[in-house]
Amino acid sequence: MKRRTFTALTASLSLAASLMGTSAMAQDNMRIALVVKALGIGFFEAANEGAQEAAAELGNVEVIYTGPTDTTAEGQIEVINALIAQNVDAIAVSANDTDALVPALKRAMQRGITVISWDSGVADDGRMVHLNPSSNALIGNMIVKLAADHLPDGGDVAVLSATTTSTNQNIWIEEMTKVLPNYPGINVVSTVYGDDLADKSYREAQGLMQSFPDLDAIIAPTSVGIVAAAQAVADAGKIGEVNVTGLGLPSEMAGAIESGASQSFAIWNPIDLGYSATMIAHALASGAATAAPGAEISIGRVGTITLDDSNSAAMADPFVYDASNIEQFKSIF
Amino acid sequence: MLKRLISTRETLLMAAIVLLLVLISSRFPAFIGPSNLARVFNDTSPLILLAIGQMIVILTKCIDLSVAANLALTGMVVSMINVAAPGLPMIFILMIAVGLGTLLGMFNGLLVWKLSIPPIVVTLGTMTIFRGIIFLISDGKWVNSHEMSAAFKAFPRTILLGLPVLSWIAIIAVILFTIVMTRTTLGRAFYAAGGNPHAATYAGINVGKTQFWAFTISGALAGLAGYLWVSRFAVAYVDIAGGFELDVVAACVIGGVSIMGGIGTVAGALLGALFLGIIKNALPVVDISPFWQLAISGGAIIIAVALNAQANRKKGRIILKQAEHAT
Repeated sequence: MKRRTFTALTASLSLAASLMGTSAMAQDNMRIALVVKALGIGFFEAANEGAQEAAAELGNVEVIYTGPTDTTAEGQIEVINALIAQNVDAIAVSANDTDALVPALKRAMQRGITVISWDSGVADDGRMVHLNPSSNALIGNMIVKLAADHLPDGGDVAVLSATTTSTNQNIWIEEMTKVLPNYPGINVVSTVYGDDLADKSYREAQGLMQSFPDLDAIIAPTSVGIVAAAQAVADAGKIGEVNVTGLGLPSEMAGAIESGASQSFAIWNPIDLGYSATMIAHALASGAATAAPGAEISIGRVGTITLDDSNSAAMADPFVYDASNIEQFKSIF
Repeated sequence: MLKRLISTRETLLMAAIVLLLVLISSRFPAFIGPSNLARVFNDTSPLILLAIGQMIVILTKCIDLSVAANLALTGMVVSMINVAAPGLPMIFILMIAVGLGTLLGMFNGLLVWKLSIPPIVVTLGTMTIFRGIIFLISDGKWVNSHEMSAAFKAFPRTILLGLPVLSWIAIIAVILFTIVMTRTTLGRAFYAAGGNPHAATYAGINVGKTQFWAFTISGALAGLAGYLWVSRFAVAYVDIAGGFELDVVAACVIGGVSIMGGIGTVAGALLGALFLGIIKNALPVVDISPFWQLAISGGAIIIAVALNAQANRKKGRIILKQAEHAT
């Protein structure tokens, strides 16, 4: 982490020097700053990997990977102020606070710097575009697709959610219910709530297997629930009979994929996220695209995004993790 | 006379449990199958361990709110040790779990004994401190199932004479502490220190020191449960067993342990824990709206406590009458 900060520092120092010396060189290279919540977090290191990939693809782009050493808004404001002083071309930020960064980011935009937020957004007037990793509709569709993909002849599935009042869980389940008719034969038999507690989720999963002996899959769109359900299935000796799927993190789900309790699960791919954020920042800063509702922006290999009324967009379907790629991602996040 | 009253209260609770099982089986018959009851007992084992420790603490007029945080901290420490040294034999892991839990319990005990801080304040503080330490040592990260060694996860699941080791540990603890509470000087001192602290002091019992030992025992059991918990659910993170201390206190109160101290038995704590455990395991299968489940859980606790309060009051009156007759 220290070394990285130092590299970033030397990079920015040398860039500042080049600015003072030969300004021509700086104009050739578009400099996009990828500001993360904190340095040293696997998820953001992976996002940087994607950003570097985008930079290599675009050519003449330099990605400055930076952020505070701990996840504070104050730290990010300092970083942003330093970037304004360096006169970078674009800032792509994953914010520690929705509102606290707005004044600093506004100042950046006044200086002609392109500002976008990704992953964790800032308030509308603090950025030009916000990139969500996915959308509620895409997530709702993905969680049922994950179960359906392993049930070609249809089957009974149950949902294990967090708390009854969890907003995002309820929205995802609602979106899932909307697209259910597209998956004939998939029958949602029950929705239970594990309150994001390992023991309660475990018990609820056990209860599901008892109440519905023919259960084929448990969909848990919550990281605590999916891990607990996978353990309950393994302990009940039902690996192969009941497939646990939903939203989880690769590092937490590696054991369940290994044991076979879970065939696959989904979550955003940080590499794609860093890649797409860099692509959008480049498109806006170079004038290839404008930030306006309804605008379409190409994000290279990931596809195209369409901005909605608040100038935010969803990147893509959640990325599916299974036995083929879990090894690569389990050490990342 | 007193003994017979206590036993009737436990019989009453036993009857309530049987009634509960009958009610559940009318909606979901498979629940009362022997294998399922064994599963429910296994699931309730950590609660039984903690309830025994909590009962002893409550007997001495104290309360230990830090048990769940102690469990979580010990669980995190042993799982991190397991990740660092996967080859370490299980006996050492168990010793570390009990040892660390004991130390954390002693810390509570010392503050209560030497500094005379009210126990609810001490344990409210240590509860937060312990959770904070977990965050510091783990950096907020999880220890996941694939990082734990196979032996670490297998121990509580190993079947011995038809029951998992986890269940056997609870059974052994129940037997051991029944003996300690009824047959040893320390066990009787717990009752004396809480039942009438002044009389206990005159009888030569150091009340503070007795409370210290109560916290130590509670801590040791919480530490043991910490390892069992992370091993059973194959995951360790900051918030594991969040709010579990309230379940533990509820189990004790349902089990007829008087919050005023001095009254309670291991059997009562066991039955109280089982009562809660049965409700927790039955709610997912009886097909009741999740919105009602919390209300039902809470309602059952209040009914049980109301019955106990009623029983306590009656007993108080009888003793007074006897005293009146005697004079």
